[in-house]
Parts: sequence; structure tokens; C-alpha cells
Amino acid sequence: MKRTFIPLAIFVVLVTFLWIGLTLNPREIPSPLIGKPAPAFKLVQLHETNKVIAPEHLRGKVWLLNVWASWCVTCLQEHPLLVELAQQNIVPIYGLNYKDQREAGIAWLRQHGNPYILSAHDLDGRVGIDYGVYGVPETFVIDKAGIIRHKVIGAITPEIVEDKLLPLIKELNNG
Amino acid sequence: MVKELLLSLLLVILIPCTQAGEGIPTSDDPVLEKKVMALSENLRCLVCQNQTIADSNAELAVDLRNQVREKIKAGQSEEDILKYMVARYGDFVLFKPQMKSSTWLLWFGPLIMLIGGAWVLIISLRQRRKLQLQAHVLSAEEHERAEILLSDKNKKSVVPENTAQKNIVQKNTKDQS
Repeated sequence: MKRTFIPLAIFVVLVTFLWIGLTLNPREIPSPLIGKPAPAFKLVQLHETNKVIAPEHLRGKVWLLNVWASWCVTCLQEHPLLVELAQQNIVPIYGLNYKDQREAGIAWLRQHGNPYILSAHDLDGRVGIDYGVYGVPETFVIDKAGIIRHKVIGAITPEIVEDKLLPLIKELNNG
Repeated sequence: MVKELLLSLLLVILIPCTQAGEGIPTSDDPVLEKKVMALSENLRCLVCQNQTIADSNAELAVDLRNQVREKIKAGQSEEDILKYMVARYGDFVLFKPQMKSSTWLLWFGPLIMLIGGAWVLIISLRQRRKLQLQAHVLSAEEHERAEILLSDKNKKSVVPENTAQKNIVQKNTKDQS
């Protein structure tokens, strides 16, 4: 009796593992930056080339850093959601225009709406590498102390905003 | 038909890996380039995840190779560069996972499974041999008992038909011989 159960048990364990494997998204790689200070940078702004933008200027508030580009198809998919979120005035959204031509980026925002308080222009993608960016769009939640608390890889969805981002932002704002 | 379908599927899969707009910049120094490639072989391209950044032409892979090149030029050690990559992209960026407590299962799992399998095999083979030995060899006592039982049956034939029949068969064979 016991003998026949052993292979069955092994089979069940195997199936469970494979089943869990099927539900995982291989594109979502846990970022080592969660819980670490947002990497410092100093980039020129997308719109005003004589001004710079740096994360340390944003100390003391909870903010979102959204990595985007005009060539990025998925960015367009999440864009209306960002515009809507910006209108609600819950959290300041800053953009990191990743490996994009300045004119193309500005035109894209003019066409689709600009949810960003400011966008930094990361022409060579160097800052993107510092943030471990590998699939645009990506969205970072950064707390008052400048610590990265969460990262969304790929387009944000209404579910992600409702279930993850808004509660987290609320919690961080209270803390 | 199937072949064409498979081919087009393959092309679709390859799309993210072919989005390199420009030629791959390389340096003129072959020694440096060799070093860059050797190190790049150990780094995973996060866009096409089963390729190294040495193999991949995805834009990110090109950027990361450039980073590796610059850092080698700046005199950084291999270890420093790997650390730099891991700090940004996590352990996943390494093709050869580091040896640490969270990866022990990964490293030693197959060995443990092999040893476990061998153990089960040995145990079951031993058990089988034991059973076979037990089935063949009877102790002197058992022999005696068996003989008594057999002779008892012959004499009394307590169990009627079946034993009686057997006796007849036995007799017959005896007669024949």
C-alpha cells in the first residue's frame, strides 16, 4: 500500500511545481533594487534642455518614476492610465525618456498627453542601466527617503494601479 | 504547410532579438575585445533571456557590452563588473548562478536526486535478492516439517477430492516411470 503511494506523491509534487511554473511570468525578474536607494542621476530635462533633474530633488515625497519612449509600443498601451492617474493628483509622476530622440519624445507627449511633471532625457540609456531597465515601460515607486519600494515591469494595468500602486502609495504617504 | 508555419513562428519568436538598429561597435584592440566577449558570455541578455549578451543583438545587449568594454578599459576587474551587473539586474543576469544558500538546491539538487535514485535502486535490489534467497533455501527444520506435512497428506488424505486426485496423478506418473 505504502509502496504505491510513493510514486503518486512524487508525481503530485512534480505536477504542483510545473503548475506553479506555468503561472509565473519569465519576463518578470525580481529587481535587486527593491528596498535600495534609487540610483542617483543628473539628466537634462526633456523639454527644457538648460535644466537638470535629479532624484534627490524629490526627497520628502512619494513619487513614481515611469520609464518610457516614443518607440515603445507597450508604453502607448499604459499611457491613458498614467494620464488619468496624473489628473487625480494622487502621486507625482516623473518620466525617464529612455533612449529616445528628444523631438520624437516631445511630439509623442504632445499627441498622447503628458502625465509627467517632468521627464528626464536618457539618450544613451545609461541611467536606464543603473535602474536595471530591460523592458520599457517600467514603473518605480520611490518613497520619501528615496528608497525604491516597488517596480512594475511592462505596462501598468487598472488592476495593478488599484491593487498594488494606490495602497502602497497611501501607506508610504502615511508612514 | 507545417514547415512554413513553424518557420514563421520561429521568425516571430526571433523578432525581439533582431531589433538592433546599428552595427555593433567594437574596439580596434583584439585583446580587449576578446576579454569583453569572454565576460559577455557569462552575462544573460534580459531581453532574449536564453542568450548571452555576447550572442544577442538586442539593443540592451549592445549597451551592456559597451558598459563591459568601458569598464575593462577603465581597469576594472571581472569580479567588479559582474558585481555591477548583479547590483542592477539581479542574479538572473549571471549565466552561471553563484554558489550561495539560496542556490544550493539548484547546484546540488541533481546530485541529491541521483544519490536518492541510486539508494532506492540498491535497496530494492537487495530486497529482491533477499526474497529470492528466502524462496529457494529452506532450513533443515522447515524441510522436516514439509516432509511430515507431505507424508501426512499421503497417508490420511484428509482433504478428500483434491488430494486424492493429486495422489492419483502422482501414482500415474510413478507407474509411467
